Amino acid sequence: MSNILEVNNLVTKFYTLDGVVNAVNGVSFDLEEGETLAIVGESGSGKSVTMMSLLGLIPMPPGKIEAGAAFFSGDEGRRDLLQMSPDELRDVRGGQIGFVFQDPISTLNPILTIGEQISEILTRHKGMSKDAARRRAIELLTQVGIPDPELRYKAFPFQFSGGMRQRVVIAIAIACTPKIIIADEPTTALDVTVQAQIVDLFKRLREALGVAVIWITHDLGVVAGVAERVLVMYGGRPVEIALVNDLYEHPQHPYTLGLLGALPRMDARESERLVSIKGTPPDLLLPLRHCPFAWRCEHAFDRCWQEIPPLITVGEQHQTSCFYDLEEGGPRDV
Amino acid sequence: MQRYFISRLVQSVLLLFGVLLLVFIMVRVTGDPATLMMPREASPEDVEAFREKMGFNDPTLVQFGRFISGAITGDFGNSLHFKTPAMPMVVGRLPATVQLALTGLVFAVVVGIPLGLVGGFNPGSVIDNIGRFLALLGQSVPNFWLALIMILYFAVRLQWFPSFGRDEWKSVIMPAFVLGLPVMGQIVRLTRSAVLEIRGEDFIRTAHSKGLMLRTIYTKHVLRNVAIPLVSVIGVQFGYMLGGSIYIEFIFSWPGMGQLLQQSIGWRDFPLVQALAVFTSAVVLGLNLLTDMAYAIIDPRIRYGK
Repeated sequence: MSNILEVNNLVTKFYTLDGVVNAVNGVSFDLEEGETLAIVGESGSGKSVTMMSLLGLIPMPPGKIEAGAAFFSGDEGRRDLLQMSPDELRDVRGGQIGFVFQDPISTLNPILTIGEQISEILTRHKGMSKDAARRRAIELLTQVGIPDPELRYKAFPFQFSGGMRQRVVIAIAIACTPKIIIADEPTTALDVTVQAQIVDLFKRLREALGVAVIWITHDLGVVAGVAERVLVMYGGRPVEIALVNDLYEHPQHPYTLGLLGALPRMDARESERLVSIKGTPPDLLLPLRHCPFAWRCEHAFDRCWQEIPPLITVGEQHQTSCFYDLEEGGPRDV
Repeated sequence: MQRYFISRLVQSVLLLFGVLLLVFIMVRVTGDPATLMMPREASPEDVEAFREKMGFNDPTLVQFGRFISGAITGDFGNSLHFKTPAMPMVVGRLPATVQLALTGLVFAVVVGIPLGLVGGFNPGSVIDNIGRFLALLGQSVPNFWLALIMILYFAVRLQWFPSFGRDEWKSVIMPAFVLGLPVMGQIVRLTRSAVLEIRGEDFIRTAHSKGLMLRTIYTKHVLRNVAIPLVSVIGVQFGYMLGGSIYIEFIFSWPGMGQLLQQSIGWRDFPLVQALAVFTSAVVLGLNLLTDMAYAIIDPRIRYGK
């Protein structure tokens, strides 16, 4: 399998009145064709900004992409997204890379019919006639499991429930059969039962379309069900990348370990309390000079305060940015 | 849509009935309408004769019935000052008032909306700063003062426009400008802030994520949503300009309903005041009804009663 997306050392900053916010501080990862990669991290860890930066969706100013490259193997061959003109990016967005956002209540235009909102992306990227776009839109509505698609085509967003709206958003995302779907917390705003339905829908579509998915979430519980690989982010940096099972069974970064400990479990005894990670997320206004997790890390030693740990390969498809070897219980030999 | 329209229509009719009731009570609230309407030096015999002639000696309910049935046929009695039916006089003043209000509104909309749009799409630009300055000026300058200054400068000194009356096409320009200026200011601000707000909405980010052309995003997704608050404010402001241009009509001696109202109050011409109050209310209610319709056409959430 070849990589459809290769992100190298992405750096994004926001120049605000309060100072420079170091939102993304050197993120690198690859995405294989048809694979699902989960990007996990708490609020402010830079997971959304990373994806928005790649496709020119962050407001500039105040945002600025300071460094990096993102090679996307799309219809025009392998090209760096960050070097594309706004018009070229506009062709990629929606046409070759689809988006699903968090809150389906606010992500659809309240005064246009959902049919119109699906059709317009088809006329834009596929050059379809109004009639052809309408037929395709009804097909898409059927595909994402909306009953009475022909009737619902003419309905407005406020006439749908949250879960149904998210299905519409997904229909828009897959409308032009993109190579990648970026799903930014697609289940966070939904009820738990609806969450499960949306996760199932994603899995079904991924198999049917062979599309690669980047699933941004803060919920490690959802990740296990959808993703093949996980990228854990902290303070605008990747701290661990691993296959899902590997990550759950052998977390190599203290932060990942903390996240897993904070996960509620069905099989836990009642007396067991949920573990929380001590301290607060890093202040992104401060320039990064050492491991961003050092403040909260119980294993931090002098080296952690002196350099930014690079991604260290610790196993097959497993990398972590930590100088401390959790399994051996001592500093790594790197 | 039909249900919405009918319910709004019923509401308007009920409101109009409320206005009639208020107008009826207004005259009688001090006790004796005859002494209120007659000059202070009138003899008791004259007052009694007037009372009898106007039917103020009849039971209140009978008077109210007469008032309502008259109002339905547009009969508010004779003007005390002119001795002719009051309503036709009011209606005769309508064209002048509509001309003034409409010119003012067109000025406010034609200048205000583009300035607001440019400002909203390019905040901080030169045109945005000009627009915001004009908006501030328009909303804060007292327009009776502006009217006098304009008369002094453009009518008396430069003699570009007539200082009063409605004798030539140029007459409308100064009063309409003064009347429309604060509305223009409001429209600039509202348009600007609405554009800024809608541009920051999640569904605009969605539109960008769909790779739509900027033109499509701006016209289809932004402008249609901006139109919702604009339509309602323009409708309300037009009603306000029709009914509230009293002192501007007074300053420029504009022969409209506002001038007539100001004069009829001075004359204690109650039938005329009543006819004016009811007619103005009816016009404003009609306008609001139209505004609500326009609103419903743009916003499906209202059309489907949510």
